[in-house]
Amino acid sequence: MIELQNVSCGYGGNPLFSQLSLELAPGSFHFLTGPSGAGKTTLLRLCYADLRAQSGQVLLFGRDAAMLDRDAVAMTRRRIGVVHQDCQFLDHLSIAENIALPLTVADRASEAAGNLPELLAWVGLQAQANQLPPELSGGERQRAALARAVIMSPDLIIADEPTGNVDWEMSQRLMTLLVELNRMGKTILIATHDLTMIRSMKAEISARVLRLKDGELQQAGSEL
Amino acid sequence: MIGPLKGALDLIVGDPQADRAVPPTGITARLTVFVAGAMAFLAVFALALSLTAGRVADRWANELAQAATLRLPADAPDADIELALNILSTTPGIADARALTDAEQQALLSPWFGPDLALETLPVPRLIEVIADDDGYDDAGLRARLTAELPQATLDDHGRWRAPLIEAAARLRLIGWLVIGLIGAAMAAMIALAAQASLAANAQVIRVLRLVGARDIYIARAFVRRFTLRTGVGAIGGVLFGIAVLQLLPGGDGTGGFLANIGFEGAGWLWPLVIPLLAAIVAFVATRAAALARLREQT
Repeated sequence: MIELQNVSCGYGGNPLFSQLSLELAPGSFHFLTGPSGAGKTTLLRLCYADLRAQSGQVLLFGRDAAMLDRDAVAMTRRRIGVVHQDCQFLDHLSIAENIALPLTVADRASEAAGNLPELLAWVGLQAQANQLPPELSGGERQRAALARAVIMSPDLIIADEPTGNVDWEMSQRLMTLLVELNRMGKTILIATHDLTMIRSMKAEISARVLRLKDGELQQAGSEL
Repeated sequence: MIGPLKGALDLIVGDPQADRAVPPTGITARLTVFVAGAMAFLAVFALALSLTAGRVADRWANELAQAATLRLPADAPDADIELALNILSTTPGIADARALTDAEQQALLSPWFGPDLALETLPVPRLIEVIADDDGYDDAGLRARLTAELPQATLDDHGRWRAPLIEAAARLRLIGWLVIGLIGAAMAAMIALAAQASLAANAQVIRVLRLVGARDIYIARAFVRRFTLRTGVGAIGGVLFGIAVLQLLPGGDGTGGFLANIGFEGAGWLWPLVIPLLAAIVAFVATRAAALARLREQT
């Protein structure tokens, strides 16, 4: 599904990592961990074509990301749901409109009428549907971001520190939703530095834990 | 033809969902409407100037091309006037020839000497107004005949001062069109700048739209539609205001001076109606180019 082969990437001439390889198989569940500044977000951005590798090859659904034109990047992103720590909503639109935004930009807004109520119920936000994003709590915003990420029924869901701004109970609730999605066949990639949460989830799901440190990506082992 | 029409209709009707994706930006909205209104107002005047200059040039060309003056010395006897009129009336291509009365000559000189001029005290030449028909007369032949039969007569076909006047009017018309072109270019530049400012102010919105899979053309469309409609509305206001101000200008009798006749006549009234449409097209092209360029830069 997603494959990074000997990829190098960095900013201002300083590579964050080089010769990095990663493969996300369909239906797999991955945690990406590592210290702040290790390049977790950069790695995620490569996976949803928000950034181009300086060298190496990034294959997104079998296509070389470097060869995608701007329209093709947009089409690829419709197959990938992204959840950011800061959610990234349009603050002038209601939560329901924000969740339906991927359908709107794909000229499929009419489908929202069927999907939205179910999705709002799934993330427990029926009562907040008409509220504006700034009026919601951190946990509610994260759940709304997750709903937006899945409304197009994407093949891959990428979450960057989704539990960074929420309490333990809410992070468990969010992770439960992600596990449900994985059981529905979705591929999940979560960047987090919350090892406690990873440990608690490992009991529920077969997840691969990757550790990005000093420019190298390693499979985490028993230390977790 | 159906494609562009459908495109124009889609642009006007729009997609309410897509429009809501980009928040309204107050300052650029007001700026665009104001710029479009001001430019359309100026365009109305430039257009009126250009069309009036064209009309005046045509009128001068037509009237003066057919008119000439035969001048005889102040002391020429009536017999010479009769002879001159006889020569002119037998010359093919001359529709009418008549001697100006003292009252008419006095009227011609009154702007310089006042209405109480005693014409007989001045050596004013005797004048015969000559009007050619549509085919015109043989200028060289008439001059040769006058030289032979009435050598003291001088034929003035007004060509000496007619040509520069017509040239000046034609250049004034050209300048009018150049001004309209400059107004269009300035409006395009200002709207492009306003669009750029709006795009910069909405950088986060654009980032979110991209994140959820919006294509560049989808994002650009929201800005293009907004700026095109604002420009069209502003231009309509500017044109209406310009026409109203033109109506307040003191009118002439249609044959008077240039300044007294600035405005539109007949089918010329259709031209100002085209200004909002042209302004909207300029805004569409300028905003689309600016938006797509800006979106390319942002990645």
